[in-house]
Amino acid sequence: MSTWDDFTKGIVKENPVFRLVLGLCPVLAVTTSLKNGLGMGLAATFVLVGSNFIVSLIRKGIPARIRIPCYITVIASFVTVVDLVMAGYMPELHKNLGIFIPLIVVNCVILGRAEAFAGKNGVGKSFLDGLGMGVGFTFALVVTAAVREIIGTGKIWGLVLLGTKYNPVLFAVLSPGAFVTLGLLIGLFNMLEARRKT
Amino acid sequence: MDVAGLLAIAVGAILVNNFVLHRFLGLCPFLGVSKQLDAAVGMGFAVIFVMTMASVVTFGIYHFILAPFGIEYLRTIAFILVIATLVQFVEMLIEKTSPSLYSALGIYLPLITTNCAVLGVAVLNIDKSYSFVETLIHGFSAGIGFTVALVLMAGIRERVELADVPESLKGVPVAFIVAGLMSIAFLGFTGLVVE
Repeated sequence: MSTWDDFTKGIVKENPVFRLVLGLCPVLAVTTSLKNGLGMGLAATFVLVGSNFIVSLIRKGIPARIRIPCYITVIASFVTVVDLVMAGYMPELHKNLGIFIPLIVVNCVILGRAEAFAGKNGVGKSFLDGLGMGVGFTFALVVTAAVREIIGTGKIWGLVLLGTKYNPVLFAVLSPGAFVTLGLLIGLFNMLEARRKT
Repeated sequence: MDVAGLLAIAVGAILVNNFVLHRFLGLCPFLGVSKQLDAAVGMGFAVIFVMTMASVVTFGIYHFILAPFGIEYLRTIAFILVIATLVQFVEMLIEKTSPSLYSALGIYLPLITTNCAVLGVAVLNIDKSYSFVETLIHGFSAGIGFTVALVLMAGIRERVELADVPESLKGVPVAFIVAGLMSIAFLGFTGLVVE
């Protein structure tokens, strides 16, 4: 597999949300607006790249039996960094994302990549893998958030998109809308994948 | 400390702000273990137990260790390690004391470490600055809320398996749509408790 593939596989082919169905809690919870979705995606990407980098760097020094606690500690340190930086420089976003920032620690995408990829591969490859998966995760958040914000409020990024005649379907930004939107999006990706194969 | 306040926390965590359907916590086990009713009940009880324990332990850690030393910013790291250890400890304890319970819950226990509802309840308790009794009630009823959603979902999914679902919606997508419909039903509880 070429280096380029390490980066691109996470975006569409092995998209963590739409294809692997991992790390779903934040995808549903913070995608009420595009801003929140993008913020969450970037925060998770930072943690993913950072933890993949460090884990691949120290992988030879970690005894196999205690590798999971070690990975979790590395991930939790990066999450703490994101938490503090965001609280300091982006207080509004920090408030909107709420408890989902500390919960990046238990996002299965991140531990999954540390275990499945960074623990077995070199620093450069792991860095690219983390970046690709992060971009894929952000892509999923942005798509879900955009669909929900447009349908639910008629706006995108706070700008009026559909005009005053459009009657917003509040359902899409409430909790049930999150489940239904994501379900239909995963279905759409399954359909596209099935078409591509035939 | 009044009983009405505690009741409000309990009803709030079980019905109004249901952890799965309203707060979106613990979705991985919600989708993963809801294919069979028996497994869902087992997982549900394990989660109630661990969530209550985790609430109590993280309350102690935060108020007696982190807060006096002014190192509250370490709570994410401290909590996740404590929860991971706790789950391991609970697993060993159950194995020694009650082999029958262990064989019923055994395989679900390790999965709970990565259940974001457990860390979520610990963080929420701190964010809402609950007292010890409130923490205990909140942890326990959050677990009940999770179990209610999981068991209902498992019952519905057993039926959906037999239904004629479009090819690309089979499996996870249709489960999400079912969850969406359940979430609409739970929206009906909004306003039951005035926070």
